[in-house]
Amino acid sequence: MGKMSVNLCGIELSNPVIPASGTFGYGYEFAELYDINILGTFSFKGTTREARFGNPTPRIAECRAGLINAIGLQNPGVDRVIAEELPKLKKVFHKPVMANVSGFSLEEYVEVCSRLDREEQVGWLEVNISCPNVKKGGASFGMTPEGAAAVTKAVKAVTKKPCIMKLTPNVTDIVSIAKACEDAGADGVSLINTMYGMRIDLKTKRPVIANRMGGYSGPATFPVALRMVYQVYAAVKIPIVGIGGVSTAEDVVEMMLAGATAVGVGAANCVEPFACRNIVEDLPRVMDKYGIENLSDIIGGAQ
Amino acid sequence: MKQEKLTVLSNRPLTKGVYEMKLAGDTSAFSRPGQFLNIALEGFYLRRPISVCDLDGDTITILYKVVGHGTEAMSAYGPGKELDILCGLGNGYDTSKSGQNPLLIGGGVGIPPLYGLAKALVAEGKHVTAILGFNTAEEIFYENEFRSLGADCIVATADGSAGVRGFVTDALPDNYSYFYTCGPEPMLKAVYRASKTSGQFSFEERMGCGFGACMGCSCKTVTGYKRICREGPVLEKEEILWEK
Repeated sequence: MGKMSVNLCGIELSNPVIPASGTFGYGYEFAELYDINILGTFSFKGTTREARFGNPTPRIAECRAGLINAIGLQNPGVDRVIAEELPKLKKVFHKPVMANVSGFSLEEYVEVCSRLDREEQVGWLEVNISCPNVKKGGASFGMTPEGAAAVTKAVKAVTKKPCIMKLTPNVTDIVSIAKACEDAGADGVSLINTMYGMRIDLKTKRPVIANRMGGYSGPATFPVALRMVYQVYAAVKIPIVGIGGVSTAEDVVEMMLAGATAVGVGAANCVEPFACRNIVEDLPRVMDKYGIENLSDIIGGAQ
Repeated sequence: MKQEKLTVLSNRPLTKGVYEMKLAGDTSAFSRPGQFLNIALEGFYLRRPISVCDLDGDTITILYKVVGHGTEAMSAYGPGKELDILCGLGNGYDTSKSGQNPLLIGGGVGIPPLYGLAKALVAEGKHVTAILGFNTAEEIFYENEFRSLGADCIVATADGSAGVRGFVTDALPDNYSYFYTCGPEPMLKAVYRASKTSGQFSFEERMGCGFGACMGCSCKTVTGYKRICREGPVLEKEEILWEK
């Protein structure tokens, strides 16, 4: 065990840094830039049963400290992910990968999770019950404790690998939803997905995003995400992947002090392709600066 | 793609609102005309994707229009300023299909990538004709630069204040072997309908990352989904699906 290693649901990560789903594709764009095996793992692009194009463009709007996206789960569908993306990934990434799964019905979550559960390369299933950019399914399951528990139960019944439920911040009480996931058998939770947001173009006086609204991410969301991780940590025993506006090694340490076992990095990858590499390389310096011997010791340290 | 530090050599207005910026640094990531770079601007979250106008050794020329706060900030950058830039993005134009008499059709700030393309085609011994479309005479830029390359240059203005009165499609010659175009989407559609040969179109879209990670700029084509930033911005005429 190295000083930066953490244990996420029974699988050791060499460090807690995990590029978040939707900002890292299936890995190759970044594998051309640096050796992505330096990452703890990464969560690949949200995968559904059928191939999806997603929403019309424009799908992106800039904000002062972040961006809004409304991609709408563009992905090649689970068949091609297994037949094409995973074999390609195997050549450049030699660690267990986190498989991000989305669905529009319980049956779809069950089918996609059970298919990916059989893949040797997959270490964890990250079950997205929080996509803000699709009308049915997606976030609606994650909006209530009952919906979140129903998906958790259904996927746990058909999988052997750890299931991490990805939660939306666009709810009244994220703690009750995290607890419902835990009670239904979830092995972990990841939070937060993006926050509902929008921008309006002053010239056209219309929303910038074709879908009108989208999910806001970036540095401005960090304090909100940190607060939610802090609250959820106090209420559940399962590990948390803390996500939201993380851009630096200091942010990683702060997120872990709030209660995260591992830390997702999302929007930062879109503006700085080397963001995750830079964070991993900078972590030892930051640990040293703040007198941290082992990262795993600080999880929830601020509680 | 490479991440480079490039230094501003010069930054000057060509017309009201259109600027020419020259940058010095490692340009080795670029392999084709029509590729673009993505500039990080202090105080703005997303980078600004801008097509490369010209490459000359260690010098890159970009032309950009001030359309918002980001490009407004860029217009104030002076010589010596160092910029964090992702270089060598996008597929660029394929000159191998041009034939002997390629036609280049540009509208407004769609013209810059065609300059580098014209230079490459002239260097290959092709007879290049360029149609440059503007709204009005005051907006004209780079006409002389195209002529200096040895290209035949036809200017069209929508208000008739210079050159051919009308749109670029009103200035199409009868004979050309192939075409390359870049400009606003209504112009691209008009070129698509009016053109008699095959050709290549360069598209613009709002981008998140600019290097293929976020799927922000996807479009549907005859041959499947493509990312404007990665499999584009240049698409062949035969693969285009007009959606909007």
